[in-house]
Amino acid sequence: MNSISTLMPLFVLALAGLFYVAGRARARNIAAGDFAALHSRPEQHGMLALLWVLLAGLSSYLVILIFGNWLITSSLLSEISSANPDLSGIEAQLVLSDAKAIAMDTVASRQGDLRSAIAARYTLLSTVLVWTMVLVPVALGIATGLRQMQNITLEWRARNRSETILRGFLFACAAIAVLTTIGIVLSLVFETFSFFNKIGWRVDKYLFGTNWSPLAGVTEGKMDPERVGAVPLFAGTLLITAIAMTVAVPIGLLAAVFLSDFASARVRAWAKPMLEILAGIPTVVYGFFAAITVAPALRGFGESIGLSVASESALAAGIVMGIMIIPFISSLSDDVINAVPQSLRDGSYGLGATKAETIRQVVLPAALPGIVSAVLLGVSRAVGETMIVVMAAGQGANLSLNPLDAVTTVTVQIVMLITGDTEASTAAGPAFTLGFTLFCVTLVLNIIALRTVRKYRELYD
Amino acid sequence: MGADLNKQKKVSEEVKITARGVNVFYGETHAIKDVDVDIRNHTVTAFIGPSGCGKSTFLRCLNRMNDTIDICRVTGEILMDDKDIYAPDVDPVQLRAKVGMVFQKPNPFPKSIYDNVAYGPKIHGLAQNKDDLDHIVERSLKRAALWKEVKDRLHEPGTGLSGGQQQRLCIARAIATAPEVLLMDEPCSALDPIATAQIEELIDELRKKYSVVIVTHSMQQAARVSQETSFFHLGVLVESGKTQKIFTAPEDERTQNYITGRIG
Ligand SMILES: Nc1ncnc2c1ncn2[C@@H]1O[C@H](COP(=O)(O)OP(=O)(O)OP(=O)(O)O)[C@@H](O)[C@H]1O
Ligand SMILES: [Mg+2]
Repeated sequence: MNSISTLMPLFVLALAGLFYVAGRARARNIAAGDFAALHSRPEQHGMLALLWVLLAGLSSYLVILIFGNWLITSSLLSEISSANPDLSGIEAQLVLSDAKAIAMDTVASRQGDLRSAIAARYTLLSTVLVWTMVLVPVALGIATGLRQMQNITLEWRARNRSETILRGFLFACAAIAVLTTIGIVLSLVFETFSFFNKIGWRVDKYLFGTNWSPLAGVTEGKMDPERVGAVPLFAGTLLITAIAMTVAVPIGLLAAVFLSDFASARVRAWAKPMLEILAGIPTVVYGFFAAITVAPALRGFGESIGLSVASESALAAGIVMGIMIIPFISSLSDDVINAVPQSLRDGSYGLGATKAETIRQVVLPAALPGIVSAVLLGVSRAVGETMIVVMAAGQGANLSLNPLDAVTTVTVQIVMLITGDTEASTAAGPAFTLGFTLFCVTLVLNIIALRTVRKYRELYD
Repeated sequence: MGADLNKQKKVSEEVKITARGVNVFYGETHAIKDVDVDIRNHTVTAFIGPSGCGKSTFLRCLNRMNDTIDICRVTGEILMDDKDIYAPDVDPVQLRAKVGMVFQKPNPFPKSIYDNVAYGPKIHGLAQNKDDLDHIVERSLKRAALWKEVKDRLHEPGTGLSGGQQQRLCIARAIATAPEVLLMDEPCSALDPIATAQIEELIDELRKKYSVVIVTHSMQQAARVSQETSFFHLGVLVESGKTQKIFTAPEDERTQNYITGRIG
């Protein structure tokens, strides 16, 4: 029985297909051979009928699916409480879930008259619901389909109408993406506010304090503003990002220049995919590469020249993160450098400039805005990168700008807060606030990057 | 034999560039077929011919711009001042400093108008100081008949100029490096009659010191500015000689048909 209702979308689809064929046939009939007399082609009449049937069938199905269960639950709950007014809300819930278990022949925590009665009601109601879920969409679908059949005339603007429906559908898809983003941002904002509320709105302590151990000072839902200073995390993130970009920008950029202007077509054909494979390596792999290979190597090297290097150091994490970012920078820069028209290079060669002069004085300046945005995108990758720093950078929130020390980053602290033993509702506040801060930083970087890219486009179009 | 040598000597005194048996291939496409041309000093040479016949391609051989196209292969012999410009010891960079080029499509750098013109003089160290450079830029822009329009906006981007202005900017850029030979690929294709007249005047003036090669689709222009004319057709050099003669008594029927407007 239940399987029929889950298969309903397919039935509706088949029904819609049927009406497509019917609509097309009817339109052909009406045209009677003179298709030019039709405003829309027969297929478009069919399509309109199909879309309407789908719309009516699926939307009624979804509405019944969502509200039916809710209706059953609430009516049974009210029956339970009218039969036994002493039960608290949670107890009533318990009775209901037992009743459902009885109805489905699985193990219930307790048996009883009330439970059996409710179970019988539940069985009845859900049977009714399943039948509604089957019959209503089919009936509605057929009704709409027939209505559409009647609409078909020579002048009926089926094409325009189905385009309107499709446009609405596309809009809905776009709206889902946008609304999800808005929802995520709102939940970040909400949690951030409640966190700031817990520290008595001492936002300054969060932004400028240097002592980070937010879970140590929790009392009665309040947090100690003295212990939520995020500066060590910002400093750590900044330090590691700086190291990563010092590695990634020169190497990535020079690799891009080589690929676009020096490499032969053959070298380019294998070198570029190789670089892109580098971009496809999961960051976990980079993470343990950093922790297991690079960090000990750095430590050994430091010892041999008399430097004390922490076993987890900003340098190790930064270098490996830089390697991870190289393909982003080189691939994006290669694209913008390639987009500089050959005629500009020709112009420069034609004046007797060497290749180096041409690249430095014509190609790179022309590609600069694109390169800047590639670098900014790289920075926002680095700021948000988690796995590598979790494994290789350290956890202690000590404020240090020495790349040989262990430092911690915003992302590492979020991971520790969420995966730690503290209950989620307490840990969520600082974690969401850190997340929101990161979001703001990367958002600003991305906006700047997109702006510069747009400016660059205007230059040639 | 002796007389022959003598004659050769005499010719090369006035001939700047000699091309013999030049073939150009783009991959499998045979774009230029066995072309012999002489470019003389203090002479304007016009290349004419229907679209796609290989005028630009041949022009680009003269300063080795075809080197930048991977699939392009040039065979034959091109001598400039009696030296083979395709010899292994010749640096194309130095060659292009001596043989300047104005491209068919205007291609100003996305820099200021001033920097566009100053680009060549700067990389070749032609200016001792800023005043020198200013002077070169102003002079080049004046000669390219652009100065009046841009003198108040020298630091605005060259890409913001109109098509015809960009074309003149590219001419100014090319003459700022003082090349010995100037190759101009349809330099007036986007210009109004007044600017065209000014550029033609410039070409005539350049002839006093240099040699100029100009590709043009305008028979009148070829007749007005050039002393020598070469007519190309389907990659073959059909006829070349004194402009006067080509236009009044062409030997080949194809030349006759082209200049009277029957082919191309
Ligand atoms: N980069 C290239 N790759 C391949 N083939 C080319 C290339 N450039 C030119 N050709 C071919 O060489 C031939 C000659 O082209 P070219 O540009 O020299 O003609 P043109 O005489 O300058 O024509 P127009 O008067 O239209 O400028 C054409 O058939 C063209 O298709
Ligand atoms: Mg051409």
